[in-house]
Amino acid sequence: MTSEADAIQKEPSMLVQKAMIAEHYEKLAHAKELGKKVVYTFVPGNLTELMNAFDVLPVYPEINALSSAMRQKAGRYIAEAERLGHSEDVCTYVKCDIGMKRQGNVGPTGQPLPPPDLLLLSYTGCFTFMKWFELLREEYGCPVVMLHTPYQGDGEITDNMRRYVVEQLEREVIPAFERLTGTRYDEDRLKAAMAKSAQAEDDMVAVLESAKHRPSPIDAYFGGVYYIGPMFTAFRGTAGAAEYYAQLRREVGGRVASGEGPITPEGPMGEQRYRLVVEGPPNWTNFRELWRMFHEEGAVVVASSYTKVGGFYDQGFRHDASRPLESLADYCMGCYTNRSLPQRLDLLERYVRDYEADGLLINSVKSCNSFSAGQLLLLREIEKRTGRPAGFIETDLVDRRYFSAANVKNRIESYLQMIGEKRRSRGARGARGEEVRP
Amino acid sequence: MKVYVGIDLGSTTTKAVMIDEGEQVLGRGITNSRSNYELAAAIARDEARVSARFTLLERELGEAPELARFRTRLAKAFRKQQSLTQLAAFRDLALEEAGADRVAAIRAPLTAAVRRVLDGMKERVEKPSLLEGGAPAKTSDFFRDRAAADYAKLAEQIQDRTVRFDDLMGIFDKAILRVENTELDLSFAGNVGAAIEEATRGLDPSVGERGRGAVLRVAEIPLDVGCVIGTGYGRQTLPFPREDIRSEILCHGLGAHHQFPLTRTVLDIGGQDTKAIQVDGDGVVTSFQMNDRCAAGCGRYLGYIADEMSLGVHELGPIALESTRTVKINSTCTVFAGAELRDHLSNGQRREDILAGLHRAIILRAMALLARSGGVEEELTFTGGVANNPAAVEALRALVRENYGERTLNISPGSIYTGALGAALFGRRGLEARELAA
Repeated sequence: MTSEADAIQKEPSMLVQKAMIAEHYEKLAHAKELGKKVVYTFVPGNLTELMNAFDVLPVYPEINALSSAMRQKAGRYIAEAERLGHSEDVCTYVKCDIGMKRQGNVGPTGQPLPPPDLLLLSYTGCFTFMKWFELLREEYGCPVVMLHTPYQGDGEITDNMRRYVVEQLEREVIPAFERLTGTRYDEDRLKAAMAKSAQAEDDMVAVLESAKHRPSPIDAYFGGVYYIGPMFTAFRGTAGAAEYYAQLRREVGGRVASGEGPITPEGPMGEQRYRLVVEGPPNWTNFRELWRMFHEEGAVVVASSYTKVGGFYDQGFRHDASRPLESLADYCMGCYTNRSLPQRLDLLERYVRDYEADGLLINSVKSCNSFSAGQLLLLREIEKRTGRPAGFIETDLVDRRYFSAANVKNRIESYLQMIGEKRRSRGARGARGEEVRP
Repeated sequence: MKVYVGIDLGSTTTKAVMIDEGEQVLGRGITNSRSNYELAAAIARDEARVSARFTLLERELGEAPELARFRTRLAKAFRKQQSLTQLAAFRDLALEEAGADRVAAIRAPLTAAVRRVLDGMKERVEKPSLLEGGAPAKTSDFFRDRAAADYAKLAEQIQDRTVRFDDLMGIFDKAILRVENTELDLSFAGNVGAAIEEATRGLDPSVGERGRGAVLRVAEIPLDVGCVIGTGYGRQTLPFPREDIRSEILCHGLGAHHQFPLTRTVLDIGGQDTKAIQVDGDGVVTSFQMNDRCAAGCGRYLGYIADEMSLGVHELGPIALESTRTVKINSTCTVFAGAELRDHLSNGQRREDILAGLHRAIILRAMALLARSGGVEEELTFTGGVANNPAAVEALRALVRENYGERTLNISPGSIYTGALGAALFGRRGLEARELAA
């Protein structure tokens, strides 16, 4: 999550985050000298507290891929992977990651990344994750430990499901870490980290929910990806993350008090004419350009599903030091992509209502079936349930070839103008004394 | 009188519509879009202005048959004057190109040959029509197309061993581009004088006098433009304030509603995109879907097919209607269009059967978008340039019946102007709202 150019305006907490990230990559670059073991793992359902309890350094391939895209390096990496035989239809995160590895495995800060000593595969609703680490296992010749997370097909987490995950942690994952590091599992360390996680999680939820204010002091999609950064990656459960979220909360609280909107790369946000809920991951190759399209139209995102991919905190979940492994199990099973379509639907409906949004905008991503399957159904159903219009754009995660600026801009403008016309038309009907749906 | 103008800057053509205070269409203009969007907009707007004068003249002259005859003659003579103005400009530029250094080796014979072609073209324009008042021959609205047809035919006759056909067409290509980027006086005031003289020749003097008087009165009516609204793909390039630019999706919705008030679903197939739009009882868009960055199966695709078959794009539909056995076409990819076409031809398929298949394939793609947007509600209005194609209309009618049952299918003769009409309506209503607010 690095910047694109120096001219970009930043919130002060972003600079704190940047320093945290730089420090982490610095450690990674010197992992061998430091005698640290390196574990590659995925963002959804990540076991960061457990990894920290064993003093291993995590690497998140999706984060590397999106960082590469933001630095405009993804195209080269994807081409490399395609030369190796990966087809155009393969998830572009995977291709970007493999291409990056083949071209020297240089991370977002320009320093080389160490190879993994272990691949920790937390499977949370994304089948591609399994294939991805199968490929990395061949690339690096290192072992994989898998945590199989049952899908919430029936819309709930049962005791059996929880026990199944906890048993895997006890019998597979923790022993693998013990073998890797030569140290014994220390539950007190894990508990201490989880207590810190919960504290930061409280602050993060307060930040996300600040978008209920008018004007919203944050953008919960474009800005949101920065706010979730430390929580979803290597820092959850650390003192640094707790401090970062405390500062972020103060900063956002200040904007609420002064009635200010978010700071976007183009400067402070002006009048907020449209409040949107966004479903789907962002496009990373044209991240700033896409944000600008929203900014120019006065559209602010008040809630998004993407900021829940690495954990669901605003619906009540907290890492719980009193039942550490059960809590980790609940966390893994609660990630957005591990939830059923009806659950996602209920959630989006709640967001549209609770955040008083004008509608739902879906960014359907070419690469990601975990997200995209069923999105049109979500769109229709949200329209039906809330009476508010939904819009649909199509891009990709990290492959520029799937981003047509003219097409996306046309759809966004049309969607927002449609909201505007509906408002005007409702106003006119109201003035004529006709019944108006909320 | 107060008028409102909508300009639709499409990828292929630029349209302008002028309406009056009562939302009646006064005039329409169309030109091919070129690299200079501003000029294309100006040309279409000026043409709409001229066409508005003729509408006003129609209102002024009333129903009497002898006056109607005068009006038809005047319109024809006026178009001839415009053609002569265009041709004169083309002549100057073509002769200049024939004298260029690039063709120095054959300068003298080339200039002589070009001169003969140009003389022939002028003769064709000046030649009085054999059938006065009969149905007008089906010719293109664009000077470029008419000039190209005449020029090519004459060049074929005039070419010899020194000045080849390609040399002559090279001059045409250069000169036509330049003439298209020159602003010519094609205005009512500038051309109507000569047209009156020709139109009244041989007419009963009293009819002539009444006609002349009406023309003078109409020419005096001020057309005070209250608002110009831009829409279409090129809308961002128009030098208009932000609030005067509307998405073509909303414009097509409102325009279709104005043409057919019972419209609930709109299908617009333009040059490079296809849009499926749902509107409410006021013509306000409630939902829409459009093709992604790939423009397969849009109007431009038909353009390529026409080029491949050495046909005019307007000839495709009628030929396809002669089909007795539709060929199944899978891909509507414009890039592969030529290869697929030759493949079927070499397999012995008949031209009309292949074309019928191509039209069906285009509409099948549109059907997917219609389904995504919420289906086909009663009534369906088909807009955009492709709505002028009878084979596309037939394919749509059949597929709608197959998938949704009987639906009323509306197609306005001015379907290509629907977006510009919607823009003009937004202009009038927006201005009214602004004035009310003030």
